[in-house]
Amino acid sequence: MKNSRSEPLTLLDKIWNEHVVVQESDAPAVLYIDLHLVHEVTSPQAFTGLRERGIKVRRPKRTCATMDHSTPTVNINQPQSLDAMARVQLQQLRDNCAEHGIKLHELGCETHGIVHVIAPEMGLVTPGMTIVCGDSHTATHGAFGCLAFGIGTSEVEHVLASQCLLQNKPKSYEVRVEGELPIGVSAKDIILALIARIGTEGGTGHVFEYTGSTIRALNMEERMTICNMSIEAGARAGLIAPDETTYAYLKERPNAKQGAAWKEQLARWSTYHSDQDAVYDQHVFIDVTQLQPMVTYGTNPGMGIFINELIPQPLQETNFEKQQTLQKALKYMDLDPDSSIEGHPIDVVFLGSCTNSRISDLRKAAQLLRGQKIAKGVRLKPGEYAISTSNRNFEGRQGKGGRTFLASPLTAAASALSGKITDPRKLMGG
Amino acid sequence: METFTQITSQIIPLLVNNIDTDQIIPARYLKAIDKNSVAEGLFADWRYLPDGSPNPEFVLNNQLYTGAQILLAGNNFGSGSSREHAPWALTGCGIRCVISTGFADIFNNNALKNGLLPLTITETQFIQLLTKLQEDPFTKVTINLKDQTVLIDGEVEFSFEINAFAKKCLLSGIDQLDYILSFEEEIIQFEHQQV
Repeated sequence: MKNSRSEPLTLLDKIWNEHVVVQESDAPAVLYIDLHLVHEVTSPQAFTGLRERGIKVRRPKRTCATMDHSTPTVNINQPQSLDAMARVQLQQLRDNCAEHGIKLHELGCETHGIVHVIAPEMGLVTPGMTIVCGDSHTATHGAFGCLAFGIGTSEVEHVLASQCLLQNKPKSYEVRVEGELPIGVSAKDIILALIARIGTEGGTGHVFEYTGSTIRALNMEERMTICNMSIEAGARAGLIAPDETTYAYLKERPNAKQGAAWKEQLARWSTYHSDQDAVYDQHVFIDVTQLQPMVTYGTNPGMGIFINELIPQPLQETNFEKQQTLQKALKYMDLDPDSSIEGHPIDVVFLGSCTNSRISDLRKAAQLLRGQKIAKGVRLKPGEYAISTSNRNFEGRQGKGGRTFLASPLTAAASALSGKITDPRKLMGG
Repeated sequence: METFTQITSQIIPLLVNNIDTDQIIPARYLKAIDKNSVAEGLFADWRYLPDGSPNPEFVLNNQLYTGAQILLAGNNFGSGSSREHAPWALTGCGIRCVISTGFADIFNNNALKNGLLPLTITETQFIQLLTKLQEDPFTKVTINLKDQTVLIDGEVEFSFEINAFAKKCLLSGIDQLDYILSFEEEIIQFEHQQV
């Protein structure tokens, strides 16, 4: 146990220790949750559970709801374009929020948006908090030095009812990222490289803490992109200790405290870092000076390569199961081993998702696209290829039979111009 | 929650690694507002042909496995989305235990809250089970949670590890929310200190 005061603590230890309400032996901790984000897909059954027990939401003010899954991406003000089930689900959330006094960021209102984009924008996320949501990409908020993780619907019910969760303490895993990012290489490429390195289950049972000079040089939105995809490497959460970049972002939020209250808050926030000699359960080191734009070729986010590398040959894989997994993925993607991924035709470009739809992502893409002409947007049909700034390339993730290449906003934008997977550095003079 | 003590069943082999929750239940089946109607979405993209008829090639559609309660899956089962619809769909189709060499954390947590046992075994044990299934694909296997053993024909094949609290909850059907709410005074006290 790292409980004694003299022992150096990790950031995870500090946040964890501050939130343990009860710890019985032979049982998980009862962990207090500061902020609960709610959306329409993973909450209806939880509210039904509350109703059956006859209990109300314990802390409506610590609960924040939005609609962002079963919602249209075009014609947002025409909910009649949605099917009946989706409309019922949205109405259910409205009713549940009204019944329990929860603030709902309604479809089309000014603050409406993807839950992991709007919560930080509104200033709800601050260092040292525990944050949960019935969504695996809740890890996003770890960029602010919060312990933030995804939960299932039973756990959504637990938090609604008690503001607490039963959790076994995860192990700590330092992801040290050093060096100056080369031109055309961005946060998305760092996280895709990490997942390719340690695999989609490499972080299971752990919480990542991203450290090092490269992380320090990233802005908040880039840090969110990295933390967001921690789950794709199996880690439930990713943490980045707050620093001046964090404070500058928070200072600009609506309702940010001023004067003495702000200073008091800063003093507290500045304690949320791992102590100098803190011991992590695991480590990995990434040198970004050798990093290149990453693209995935397969059906999980760990199947990624440099854009100028060749698609792997399953026959060279010595582990039989891995060989089969790779063969199955290449069959689904209809890609040939040993062929080049750069230049592969694409049908659709998707710039968006909770990983890469923040304003800085769009600006990066727009800079590259300025003055250029791209093909008219189309929907992904079975068998077609999309290059996507999202987080998952699973079979059918973008619609049944759709094939997804994951990449950074820069690579996606460069590819949009040529209609094939394109190295953004070739358009940047880098 | 339904208790889990012991089950005896055939094993349905689904030997694919990294079966993510989008495969267990695709997103288009997540519009339900109850738990009962999601079972039809289980492995939908593998289980049904494009015209909606059952895919005869898919193992769950093999009638010889009708009524089987155990699924044997490749490593890292349940990765991806946190949707609890995945264990709801599995239990809705009669599955009470998934055996794998590894589970994603959120799936593991979700399964345990629905009386579904995520049984983690070693690679050696995985191969041992596969060998038995090669000898007789429809052999019946018993999973005894109390003793933490896997048996074939009444003989112990191997024992397995499980978190003590998870075991207690499964054996006696303990509701975890009831457990949390039993600490209401502590929660109130905590909130007062936090301010």
